[in-house]
Amino acid sequence: MTPIPILKQREKQIYEKGEAKDGRPFDMACDRHSLAGSVSQRACVFCGSRVVLYPIADALHLIHGPIGCAAYTWDIRGALSSGPQLHRMSFSTDLREQQVIFGGETRLYQALCDLIDAYRPAAAFVYSTCIVGIIGDDVEAVCRRVSREKGIDVLPVHSEGFRGTKKDGYRAACDALFKLVGTGDTAGIQPSSINILGEFNIAGEAWAIRDYYERMGVQVLSVMTGDSRVSEIRRAHGAALNVVQCSGAMTFLAERMTAEYGIPFIRASYFGIEDMAKALYDVAAYFRFDPTLQQRTETLVRDAVNGIMPELLRIKADLAGKRAAIYVGGAFKAFSLIKALRLLGMRVVLAGSQTGNSDDYQTLRDMCDPDTVILDDANPLELSKYVIEKGADLFIGGVKERPIAFKLGIGFCDHNHERKISLAGFEGMLHLAREIHTTVTSPVWRFAPFRSKQE
Amino acid sequence: MPPTITKEACLLDRIRVTPSAEATQNACKLCAPLGAALVFKGIQGAVPLLHGSQGCSTYIRRYLISHYKEPIDIACSNFSEHSAIFGGGANLKLALENVRHQYAPSLVGIATTCLSETIGDDVAMFIKEYRRSKTGQTLPPIVHVSTPSYQGSHMEGFHRAVWATVSALAGDERRGDARRVNLFPGMLSPADIRHLKQMTAAFGLEAVVLPDYSETLDGGLWKDYQRVPEGGTPVDAIAAAGAAEASIELGGSLAMARETAASFLQQRFAVRPFRLGMPIGIRQTDVLIQSLAEISGRPVPGCYAEQRGRLLDTLVDGHKYVNTVRAALYGEEDLVAGMAGFLAEIGIHPVVCASGGRSMHLAEAIRAQIPASWHAETAILEDADFTAIETAVDTARPDLIIGHSKGYAMSRRLGIPLVRIGFPIHDRMGGSRLLHVGYEGAMALFDRLANTLIERRQDASPIGYTYM
Repeated sequence: MTPIPILKQREKQIYEKGEAKDGRPFDMACDRHSLAGSVSQRACVFCGSRVVLYPIADALHLIHGPIGCAAYTWDIRGALSSGPQLHRMSFSTDLREQQVIFGGETRLYQALCDLIDAYRPAAAFVYSTCIVGIIGDDVEAVCRRVSREKGIDVLPVHSEGFRGTKKDGYRAACDALFKLVGTGDTAGIQPSSINILGEFNIAGEAWAIRDYYERMGVQVLSVMTGDSRVSEIRRAHGAALNVVQCSGAMTFLAERMTAEYGIPFIRASYFGIEDMAKALYDVAAYFRFDPTLQQRTETLVRDAVNGIMPELLRIKADLAGKRAAIYVGGAFKAFSLIKALRLLGMRVVLAGSQTGNSDDYQTLRDMCDPDTVILDDANPLELSKYVIEKGADLFIGGVKERPIAFKLGIGFCDHNHERKISLAGFEGMLHLAREIHTTVTSPVWRFAPFRSKQE
Repeated sequence: MPPTITKEACLLDRIRVTPSAEATQNACKLCAPLGAALVFKGIQGAVPLLHGSQGCSTYIRRYLISHYKEPIDIACSNFSEHSAIFGGGANLKLALENVRHQYAPSLVGIATTCLSETIGDDVAMFIKEYRRSKTGQTLPPIVHVSTPSYQGSHMEGFHRAVWATVSALAGDERRGDARRVNLFPGMLSPADIRHLKQMTAAFGLEAVVLPDYSETLDGGLWKDYQRVPEGGTPVDAIAAAGAAEASIELGGSLAMARETAASFLQQRFAVRPFRLGMPIGIRQTDVLIQSLAEISGRPVPGCYAEQRGRLLDTLVDGHKYVNTVRAALYGEEDLVAGMAGFLAEIGIHPVVCASGGRSMHLAEAIRAQIPASWHAETAILEDADFTAIETAVDTARPDLIIGHSKGYAMSRRLGIPLVRIGFPIHDRMGGSRLLHVGYEGAMALFDRLANTLIERRQDASPIGYTYM
């Protein structure tokens, strides 16, 4: 087996801590367009928009373009709704050659009218895919017309796949959301109120987070966009504070809400005990005018941690010393996972993300153990190369990383938007620990050729 | 407290579906580049390269991985706004260069996306320019297939990629002295492809199967990461396709198509074409077996008489559980046509036959397989989405639904059990191991159909029973 070559143009997106070059300043390249021909694990602008807006359960999500983009995102997210389930349908104008030549505006208009009449959504989002940007359909005009005729907001989302990276898609989604914010009534909102941003209610995670804040005495005005409703987004500008999770997805919206409505924002992560507790304490500190809030938070955190600690310690006994590789979408998730894995006695030997920026990678480098490999916008060959070299026992990633781990005989945990098990919050930490334990301690790895080679 | 999700509260049980002529709601098809990428994954040492946006390759990889549960590397030329305006030539050449460097492929299969097709990229010229810039270097063959997703579904992409590969590579050079047949199986499972290879081998024939992803998408564990998984159709075997004894092409709707790999080889190299239906069930398998006997000039090996005997015995043992049962059937046209034939053989009336494809041959292919008395009561839906299919199924109220995983929501909503076949199987293990073809495939399908119906009766019984 010849060694796997690294592409020259990608060398600066790979960093191995503790090498000779460690003495030089750390200048990881990132925020780049993916390299042509490198099998990037990233998706596109459309994907970015789709994942942010997807969980709005009472809105119509219509994808304007040929069928692929809609087919591949049909019911793809585990974003749960407590009521309407319209977001789980896959609607597309399914453009054919005819429309590509003569334009798809008529079809878009008719499709919107049909679907709005059939499903009576609270609002509609129209996603422009690659081809719509090329054939030049005036999507804005069609949306305005339907909006006027049907009396609901029809919001264009400029998500042509080639316009940039997934991050640009986040921005397009936030632009669309911002048009809704500020259009609702803010009467009856209490002084200690927040919006939760960048939490998508995968496997019901938003419900747990919301429940913590409410038990502290904080009013949660909206979660964007987990289990959210159009009416909640409309009045989100009435909140005192925005709490933003996820490094990139919804910072754009938080910034615009600061500029327009003077609402400050703080960052949070809900993964792992440490970050979860910090997310709650930070909000309590912000509302320090109410001292009872701080007390309730302390009680909540103490009870929750005490509740899960005995089992975590039992699990830790089996996992101590095992090595983990992390490759996730956003870098913030990687930070939280590193802390969570440390709590379980594990060492992170590879950490990377699809969309980290230079600050993120600096943080990652500072918190990682010596010898850790840091990767930006990696591909299967790089991931497998380092997973083998570092002798990982566990890989945490998404669907595209799963077969890489399994083929080599390495345990794997899903930590992407398709997961079915809630991994956020204190309970989520326990679920994560159980997941890791179940996979890492499986006796099947004894038969893996990769494993036997090492021993 | 967090809300409790009741099953009744979910869309799966609640949403009212209304078909629309202008909007596709829950598509029963995928896009053309997916089919093409799958074909290239079945060629030895090949790397698929999509010419378009990054998202196309990532989504397609993700979709295929969920079914095959194997690493599936598909490269992309990764358009930027600049390439969308000024053309994707530079990106395609860079992508070719990087793919060569990292994967050392023995073939690169380029499939276009709707984006590169619409801006009118001249891919053939880009390849020519790339070759010219590499004079003196040995380059792998580069096959190009045009797969705009606004022209047809993943099946058109699949068949077009087979055709493009054969027409780009095939010559009439002799290779070895084995009696060779070209076998174009269509979009079957890895288990099906393995079974077909065994069948041809049993007749003393060497089959060049295109595509052959029986190992590349269903292999064992690895000691080291394999840049391109082992297995697949050897490139030089495809190059020798014009010298084969015959071509066997499977698929009821494909058999009616004008230009295919088999028709090309017939016109260019006078290779005898056998354009058959999917060998699902007794009659269609008989036809394949007879064709193999005819091509090889050998009698049918005894094992097939044995397999056929066991199948008939199974069908007789279980006939009461399936005869007069009504079923809804959906998926790729070739699979639906093949499956309809098998169902008719065992007395299951496929009252709804649906596909998202629109070859316009589906109705013809199905009517040829089922009794004339059923024609009036068989709804055949082409270019259908799941909303239209669900409406038809709700009207027909069949006992069973037969199709891939994406019909699960409909099955759950309507309370009709789903037997999973074909692609994709995203919510179960073993999609790659499902056997549909041959006498053994029919037996496996029969057991699953009958057992689903038995389970239904058993569950409905007030006392339950442990003895049939």
